[in-house]
Parts: sequence; structure tokens; C-alpha cells
Amino acid sequence: MEFFRFNRDIPFMSWRRSAAVISIATFILSAFFLTTRGLNLGVDFTGGTVLEVSYGQAADLNQIRGVLTGLNMSDVTVQNFGTSRDVMIRLPVMPEYSSAQLSETVLEALRQADDTVEMRRVEFVGPQVGSELLENGALAILFVSLGIVAYLAVRFEWKFGVAGIIANLHDVIIILGFFAFFQWEFSLTVLAAVLAVLGYSVNESVVIFDRIRENFRKLRKVEVTTVIDNAITRTMARTIITHGSTQMVVIAMLLFGGEVLYYFALALTIGILFGIYSSIMVASPILLWLGVKREDLVRLEEKKPENDGAVV
Amino acid sequence: MNRYPLWKYLIIAVSLLLGLLYTLPNFFGESPAVQISPLRVNHQADTALLQQVEDSLKKANIQNDGLFLEEGSIKVRFVDTDTQIKAKDILQSSLGDDYMIALNLLPNSPQWLANLGALPMYLGLDLRGGVHFMLEVDMEGAISTALDRHSADIRAALREKRISYAGVERLGETLTIKFRDAESREQALSMLKSDYDDLQFREERAENRFQLIATIKQEALVQMQDSTVQQNITTLRNRVNELGVAEPIIQKAGADRVIVQLPGVQDTAKAKEILGRTATLEIRMVDEERDMDAAMRGQVPFGSELYEERGGGPVLVKKQVLLTGDRITDAQAGFTEDNQPAVHIRLDNNGAQIFKKLTRENVGRRMAILLIERNRTEVVTAPVIREEIGGGRVQISGSMTTLEARDVALLLRAGALAAPMDIIEERTVGPSLGADNIERGFNSTLYGFLAVAIFIIIYYMSFGMISVLALSMNLLLLVGLLSILQATLTLPGMAALALTVGMAIDANVLINERIRDELREGVSPQMAINAGYERATGTILDSNITTLIAGIALFAFGSGPVKGFAVVLCLGILTSVFTAVFVSRGMVNFMYGSRRKLETVPIGKIWIPETSRTKKKFNYAALAKPADKTVAAAQSAVEGVSGGAETHDEIGQSSVESAVTHTAAPDSAQSSEISLSDSDSQRVKTQAGKKATGGGRKSRKK
Repeated sequence: MEFFRFNRDIPFMSWRRSAAVISIATFILSAFFLTTRGLNLGVDFTGGTVLEVSYGQAADLNQIRGVLTGLNMSDVTVQNFGTSRDVMIRLPVMPEYSSAQLSETVLEALRQADDTVEMRRVEFVGPQVGSELLENGALAILFVSLGIVAYLAVRFEWKFGVAGIIANLHDVIIILGFFAFFQWEFSLTVLAAVLAVLGYSVNESVVIFDRIRENFRKLRKVEVTTVIDNAITRTMARTIITHGSTQMVVIAMLLFGGEVLYYFALALTIGILFGIYSSIMVASPILLWLGVKREDLVRLEEKKPENDGAVV
Repeated sequence: MNRYPLWKYLIIAVSLLLGLLYTLPNFFGESPAVQISPLRVNHQADTALLQQVEDSLKKANIQNDGLFLEEGSIKVRFVDTDTQIKAKDILQSSLGDDYMIALNLLPNSPQWLANLGALPMYLGLDLRGGVHFMLEVDMEGAISTALDRHSADIRAALREKRISYAGVERLGETLTIKFRDAESREQALSMLKSDYDDLQFREERAENRFQLIATIKQEALVQMQDSTVQQNITTLRNRVNELGVAEPIIQKAGADRVIVQLPGVQDTAKAKEILGRTATLEIRMVDEERDMDAAMRGQVPFGSELYEERGGGPVLVKKQVLLTGDRITDAQAGFTEDNQPAVHIRLDNNGAQIFKKLTRENVGRRMAILLIERNRTEVVTAPVIREEIGGGRVQISGSMTTLEARDVALLLRAGALAAPMDIIEERTVGPSLGADNIERGFNSTLYGFLAVAIFIIIYYMSFGMISVLALSMNLLLLVGLLSILQATLTLPGMAALALTVGMAIDANVLINERIRDELREGVSPQMAINAGYERATGTILDSNITTLIAGIALFAFGSGPVKGFAVVLCLGILTSVFTAVFVSRGMVNFMYGSRRKLETVPIGKIWIPETSRTKKKFNYAALAKPADKTVAAAQSAVEGVSGGAETHDEIGQSSVESAVTHTAAPDSAQSSEISLSDSDSQRVKTQAGKKATGGGRKSRKK
């Protein structure tokens, strides 16, 4: 079986202007939503308390809100979580209650109102911890970006490093843009997914870069655009099959992973889709724009044995 | 070409075996158990206790599934959780407070596996249920307590040395000592400097006052922070023991934080209460004049109380408190001059004076040191006072073993928290959610794996099968590795496990696509396999190292659940590179490498581009060095597949012309399936060469 039958190279690079328009537009949109709406940061980052409770029957959200108002807790979010029997309650940081008391007080009050309530999960994060986690998350993204640039610069050339990371950060911004637009909750797990995407979608760029290097070595008197088009076309089959496979697993996670893994899988899905797009239509054009040329990789070629494995 | 030496097969076999062995315990599941551990050093978990446990269970008619002694505690298995809880209550009442009776889960794997160190994966709290707390030591509180104590001591010392002063005041983190003249300040400074190593002094003149400003030295602060956190950990451990948690984790995190994890704890309210409570130490006199027997009968005399001594009988203690625990600055186990085990206690200045007076007046009598925690009071020790003790250094000795001495010292030191602690993070997962999470993680991995496996087998046929086998071995090794390392598996960790499946297939796809590429060029099957693996390996390494960088960063900066994700991600990368590059190659070599006449590669039907296009194909073989024509030929063959955009015409034209004369399409290549045999290698070479000059795969017609 073979899905992809390309008789000639697809002229990806000739579409780079339209791609640049799309990329810049999505980027600006994402940045716009990030600044206007902002991320719906989870309790991990803002500090506060999350209670997940489960009822014997469909939960009466208004009754729960009433109970909480009775406790003088105003700024509270009560919503269904997964099923109609599961309820998630978000409470802001409340200085008048110690962390230990807060969840107990709420649970006790809920139990009096309806004794089928069962505690599923309590998460309390102090405000100082929240801001630390946010800081560490930003540091991690920075560290990963620098690490990837450095690795690509050593393994290929600095232009590849820069192109790769711009393509990846493009993906990250778009994921964040989606989360800002839909106001999906951005939790620690989602952050983990974002970082995984950062590492994962750079794979895509690396595979194409590898082919570009190989082509430079072989197609000596050919234009750079042709070299890149050829590299992308010939890795196309692998790109689609690999990402298809990863996406199958991610779909399994979306279906069976429950609420906690849902947004994680969602972030991965966006990351995978835009990862394909960005390594083809962002990384490579940037490479071209940075003026990549054969001589950039000649040094590496000399190190490689002439025999490239195809001799009997 | 496609053969492995024996040792490479051996490596694969051994890793497969180890993977199987260490993954095995995860399949047996766990059964409810009760764990009995002694809380006092003079009690031991031995065969006598084992007998006692067995007897009390038998008396209550409770069936157990096995009863054994392991690592200083006794573990008893039960059929279900109901029996487990019943057994716990019975054992608690029959064994008393000297033992910790905890509910636990024990792996059901056979003993020989456990002996090999093969244990199931260590499940995180989000999978097994339990409580996670992060507590922060209130260092400001600790500093102000220390300064308060110092200010009282300094006052007493100045009074004792008859140095006149106008007052001692604490302002924030400094102490201001005021004098009326420079002379007494001079005197005081020299005295204080030699007596208080922790403090640094600065002279200051305000209006007509002479002042000394004392602050705690930086290194003393660091030391104080360290010992405070350490002491709090010891205290927390004692308290957690009381909760009856089988495998608690209490560890330092950062400079001033402590992480407490209590797997399986349901009653979070109680856990919080016990962790957060305050304990005090008191020194009182033992009431030796009154009638002990009467007190035992319930007629406790007025002004006295009856308490249990730790590891001893009841003691009648006077109600009047002579000294409180905050006067104790340190307690260490050690030895007396004649080598008897002893506990050395240091009191602060004020405490020393009180203690001196107390001992002078009570030589020959017994005093009692009491530990009071909430509603529970016990006598830690009740030594006889032999002589007047001054200088604040107290030694308690006699009729105690080294272990007991250590026990008492620990209790005196850790009885109270050195500084108040605040809970700054709490994550509680109920048991039902934990079980749900395991199921979710497992299902995601299972269905994800199945979907990928079916697709890859359909797409790549036999080679797909090999890829799937390599992928299963990857999972096996990953689970085995996680079990060996006993790394904590969390729900995001399970997500990483599933994701590894999706990402690891990338390596196999790269290899298989490369092999197809080679075949499309008409390279012989064995050569194609070899070239496919060789060329894909570099790419696989590059792309995995970048993911590894992300994984390491996640591990370094992540906390809790994210760390669990990072661990599995990083280990998964290592195992997937190993299985995709090394193991799948081994399988291919084993199955196809020894066949001299391998006619086709069972990698699915390969589509070959139409010949009309190949005419316009660019041929760079003409540009390659003449010396290695064969190489260039093969390379051209590789390159040729889908290259050839129109722009190439100009360069390609001349060689295409000559192609007509040179290229004779061999019959064997007319079929759509590639069917060159390895034995024809000589022919292949020439053929490839011809093709190269001939401008591509004119002969590969579909």
C-alpha cells in the first residue's frame, strides 16, 4: 500500500509568500487573543483551590452554589466536569481560611446538603507556588528553545537552528492562541504538552533538514529551492504516516483519557497539525530567507565517508 | 551485509528477557494487606511478634492470605479490603500503641520475582489515591523566636555580669541593646562577642544613646534554616507514623520546604490535623510521696496526674510545670564518661538557671520530661537527679540502651516543630478517581497502540509486523525500566507512555520509507534493507535528541505531575531508539539476512513513478566524480524517485540522450514488484551504472 504518489516535486517554496501571510496572520491573531483574552490559567498557576466532587445522581449546580454562598464564598466557579454527576468547584485564594480548613469546610457543607457527595480530588496551590510554577514553565520553554537551537547549530548550521526554533515557537504561540481564544483551562499538564510539542515538532524539521543536507551533497548545481522542494516531497510520506500514527494515539487519549488528559491531548493535536505545517511552510522558507547555501554544509560533507551505504 | 554477529542477538535476547522479567510483576496486581511496624526501638518485629499477630487473627477468626516478616515489619495479606480493615482494628487493639498498624497494598507477584528485585511500577498519588502536601517552614517565625530567646538571654547575662544597660528591644530581624555610656557598651560588646557566635554586632549612636545592633549572621541563618527543616522533617515523620501510612514520603524540597506524600490516606482532615498540630515538652517533678496504688485504682491525688512512661509503667507526676521545652536548644544521644549510653541536653541561658535551681532543691528525687501532643501526654523519661546541674548541659543516663538513648534524644529534639509550617500546596486524590485514572491511562495506551499496530501492519506488511514487534518490545522495556528504577508513574506519565507509542513509530516509519525508496530505485533487496537502516539511523538520532532536550528541561523545571511525564518521555526515547534501530534490525537480519536469494522485500506494495516523468529527470551522476561511478549511480538511483521538476531539463538533457543507447531494461524489473536477487549483485552493479548514465529508472516500468 502506498498513499503518496508524487511524480514530481511539489513546489512548496513557490508558495512561501502565501504561507508567510497565513503564518503571520495566525501569529498576530494568536498574539491578539493572548493579550486581549489572556490564558485561562488553572489553579496550578493562579493559586487557589479546586475541588472535584461526585454525586450519586445528577448534581444540582444551583444548590451547590447556594451552599457556597451560604459560606460567604462569592467568587466561585461551579461547573460540571465530564459527566453530569461530577462537579468541579474552583475557589480563589482566601486569606480568611487556611488551606487546610477551606476544602474541609466546603466538603462538610456540601455533605450536609446532600450526603451522596464524594470527594474525588482536592487541589490547593498557594499563590507563591503558582507564580513559581509559571516562572519555571517559562524557563523550561526558554531552555528547550536554546537547547534545540544549539543542537541544530552544532549538528547542521546556525541557520537551521534559527529556522527550526522559529517554526516551533510559531507552533507554541498558536497552541497558546487556541487556548486563549476558547478559554480552555491552561494547567500544568497542558504546559507539559506544549513542551512535548516543542520537542516533537522539531523532529519534523530535523527530518527535512537531514534531507536538505543530503540533497546539497548530491544535487550540486541545483537551485536551493529545488533542493528544499525535493527534500520536503520525499519526506512527505513519512511525515503523514508518522503524524497520523501519533495522532491516532492522541485520539485514543482524547476518547479514553478523561478530563485531565483531554486538554493535554487537545494541545498535542494542535501541536501536531501545526507542527507539520510549520516545518514545511515556516522552517524551510526561513532557511531560504536566511540564505542557506551548499557551502554551509560542505564542511560536514568532508567528514562523511564517500561511501554512503549504497555500494555492494 | 544484513547479518548480526551472535553477540548482538544475545544483547537483544538478554534485554528482552530482562524486560519480560521486570515487567512481569505489573501483571499480578496487588492485594490488600496490613503492615505492622514497631514504633519503639525496644520492640522488634520478630518471630515472636509474628506468632502474636497470627494468634490474634486466629482468635478473631480472620482468614489471611499469608503472613511474613520483611524489612523490620510484619506484613499480612488478605483476600479483600473488608477483611483488611477488620484485621487492622483487631491488631490495633491487641498490639497497642507501640506498633504502627498500616493499611497497605502488596504486590501479588511470586516471591522469587521479589527476590530478584522485580517489583511493580511505583504508582503516583494521582493513580493510587492519597494526599500530597507541600509545607513551607515559616523562617520569619523561626528567626523571631530565636531573637526573642537571645534577647532574654542577653538581658540575663548583662544582669549577671553587672553591666548596666538601658534596655533590649527587638525590631524586625535586629536586636537593639541600649546603653547609657560608651564604657559599658565596650564591656558588653567584648562579653557578648565571645558568648554569642551566631550574632554579629554593630555599634551605633543615636542622639545621646549608645547602642549595639545585633543581627543573626548569614551562615548562622543558613544553618538555622537547615536544622529547622531537618527537625521539622523528623517531627513530621513521627506524626505520620501515628497516622498509619505504609509508605509515606517525607523529604526536603528546596531550602525551606518539605514534601509529605501519604499514599492511600482517605481521611485528609485527620492527616492535616496531625501534621499541623503543635507539641510541647514540659519538665515536672515526679510525685513520689503519694500512693501509687490508689492512683492506679483511679484515685489520683490532687495536684498530680498519672501518665504512662514510654516503654515503662505508670508514673505519678505533679501538675506544676518547672520548665518548658522551648528552653531545650539541643538533645543528642551519646555516652557518659564510663561509657554508659546517655542523652545530652543543652538548655539556653534562662533554662540553665532554672534548671540549676531545680536540681539543687531536688537532689535524689525523680523529675519527668513530658511530651504533650493535643490530648495525649506521655512521659518520655523520668530520671533521678543526682546532683546540682549548672551551665545548661544536662546528661540523662542509666538503664537505657544506645537505641533508647537515640529514641529519647530524637523525641526531645523533634517533639515540637522548630518553626511553624504552612501548607502551601495540597493535592488530594480520592481512591475512586485513582482507579479511574489508571483505567484511563491504560485504555489510552492500549487503543492507541492497537490503532497504530493495525495501520502499520496493513501499510508495511511483514516489515510493519516487525515494526510493531519492535514497538511492543519498546513498551515492554519501558515498563520494565520504570519498574526497575521504581520511578513514580503518574497519569501524565501514562500519557507519556501512550505518546511514546505514537512517537516511537516515527523511527520505524523513517526506516521503512527509506527501504522503499531504495527499492524504488531498483537496489537489490538486501542492499535496500541495509541502506535503509544506515541512512535512517542518523535522522532518527537527530530527531530523538531534540525531543530528549525537551524532556530533560521538563524534568529540570517541572514539578510533580510534569516530572512524571518527563521521566517516562526521556526513558521512552532511549528505549525507542534502541528497539527501532537495533532490535528491529536484528529481527530483519534474523529473518531475511541469511537468505541468499531474497527476491522481494515484504514491505508492502511499492508504487513507482511513471517513466514519462523520468525522462525529464535531472541526472547528477554525470557530474559526480568518475572514480566512484558505482556510488554515484546508486546515489542517483536513490535521488531519482520524485526529483525531476521541469527546471532540471537543461542540465539533464545531454545524459538523457545517451540513455537510449545504454539502457536495456531487464525483464525481471518489468513487474511492478521489485524482484532483484542478491546473487545477481554483479549485474546489479553494472545495471545501476548504466542507469546512472541513462538518466534514471527508465527501466522501472509499472
